[in-house]
Amino acid sequence: MESLLQPILNGVLLGGLYAVIAIGMSTMFGIVKLVNLAHGDLMIMSSYLSLVIVAWLGVNPLWSLLGVVPVMFFVGFFIQDFLINRVLGKEMEPPLLVAFGLSIIVQNFLLLIFTPDARSLTTDLAVKTIPLGEHLNLAVLYLVDFLLGGAVILAVYLFFKNTYMGRAIRAASDDEMGASLMGVNTRKIYAYAMGIAMMTAGVAGVLVGMTFTFYPHTGPQYLIIAMGVVIIGGLGSMKGCLAGGLILALAQLLGAHFTSPGYQLLFGYGALLVVLGLRPQGLFGGKI
Amino acid sequence: MPDEIALKVSNLDVHYKDFQALWKVFLEAQKGEIVSVIGANGAGKSTLLNTIAGLLAPTQGAIECLGEKIDGLPPYKIVPIGITLVPEGRRIFPRLTVYENLIMGSYTPRTRSSRNEALKKIYQLFPVLKDRHNQMGDTLSGGEQQMLAIGRALMSNPKLILCDEISLGLAPVVIKSIYGRLRQINQEGITIVLVEQDIKRSLKVANRAYIMLEGKMVLEGEPSSISEEQVRKAYFGI
Repeated sequence: MESLLQPILNGVLLGGLYAVIAIGMSTMFGIVKLVNLAHGDLMIMSSYLSLVIVAWLGVNPLWSLLGVVPVMFFVGFFIQDFLINRVLGKEMEPPLLVAFGLSIIVQNFLLLIFTPDARSLTTDLAVKTIPLGEHLNLAVLYLVDFLLGGAVILAVYLFFKNTYMGRAIRAASDDEMGASLMGVNTRKIYAYAMGIAMMTAGVAGVLVGMTFTFYPHTGPQYLIIAMGVVIIGGLGSMKGCLAGGLILALAQLLGAHFTSPGYQLLFGYGALLVVLGLRPQGLFGGKI
Repeated sequence: MPDEIALKVSNLDVHYKDFQALWKVFLEAQKGEIVSVIGANGAGKSTLLNTIAGLLAPTQGAIECLGEKIDGLPPYKIVPIGITLVPEGRRIFPRLTVYENLIMGSYTPRTRSSRNEALKKIYQLFPVLKDRHNQMGDTLSGGEQQMLAIGRALMSNPKLILCDEISLGLAPVVIKSIYGRLRQINQEGITIVLVEQDIKRSLKVANRAYIMLEGKMVLEGEPSSISEEQVRKAYFGI
């Protein structure tokens, strides 16, 4: 029993990280009905961006957030404004294809500049642990992931609930024409939404970079995690995002604990299938 | 100020791709008036309102409102001037609460500072909205949704309201109450342009009326001067 506590603890903490990986994808999914296939790659791009800042200024990766997050806002804003808005409102496929193309471009751009070598954002947090019991250790880095991830989700939640722009984004997602009649410039508002989604991806990128190693081609791996979280939790739901992250991470780590680490991914997908079978709209998803 | 012009539409042509929906349409509303536009289905009434509100761009003609030229402007530039459309089908936000729906009405920066006063006024006008302020938009009944749509439009502090089919699908008693509120709104100096299927009711409330047929204005005058025969002709062509 004692030995179960460690994977559960790690699973919960990792769940917070998964949730912040997925939150940007979930909001864009819920709001613009955009499946941003480049989400993972743009996230890894911010890992590299952080790498550059760390190498250049020699600061702790967490400080690089101050540079990465604003840059990612503009990246998101311009991607939506110049690329995706042009093909929006026609059908589902054109935005999907644009995002797919963007994913390939970002991957190869990273490959070109940073070579295919594995990188990581090194920090002394990685080796610190807090002993909680004889066989139970709390990895400080995982705790940072969890807390920062939670803070990002809370901030996004409050933004959507309490600001004019947040409400306008939700209104536009409910009824685009209705929102434009309120004086909302819906196209610009989508660009802001994407900017905010990319800010969360920026945080996720730095956290992932600190926690795991990354390559130019790691993006899709995290895209799949984000997709899983969104499907389990439900489209566009913040609570769902958190719950989805926890469930996916716990399923992976507990599954690996009882069998072998090689089956980790299998158990994640197993959880996904169970939710899809029992509640296809996701745990917190409304009507689709 | 009875003779000031709130809205002047002249020579308006509107196309949906190759199909011409409006032909040299004109319309005028003095400040403080209620103007009613009637006509059969497909006559172009909604197209006219949508064009004034900026959802459609005219191919020709001019729209002037409160002294500003607004034809071809997008809605987010028209709303701040003081023109709001209560659209057909209400288009309230189903997953926002009643309160949030209303707050969305005061989205333009000009109206944000006065939003609490506006909100108070609207709760007085439609007390049911206050009772239900925490409910989601889609849990309201049809009549309540229509009240919400009107209230939301008022939140932008408009000088001119365009109402598209506000009685559609509502019970007569609800329609009556909503029309009573419209009068009240009008008495506060807000100009109203009504588009309605309910000919009798909209002629009763209007200062002036227009009849549309197949994308053209065919008649203009005071409601009392419009005979039943003329209405019949506009609707059925006989």
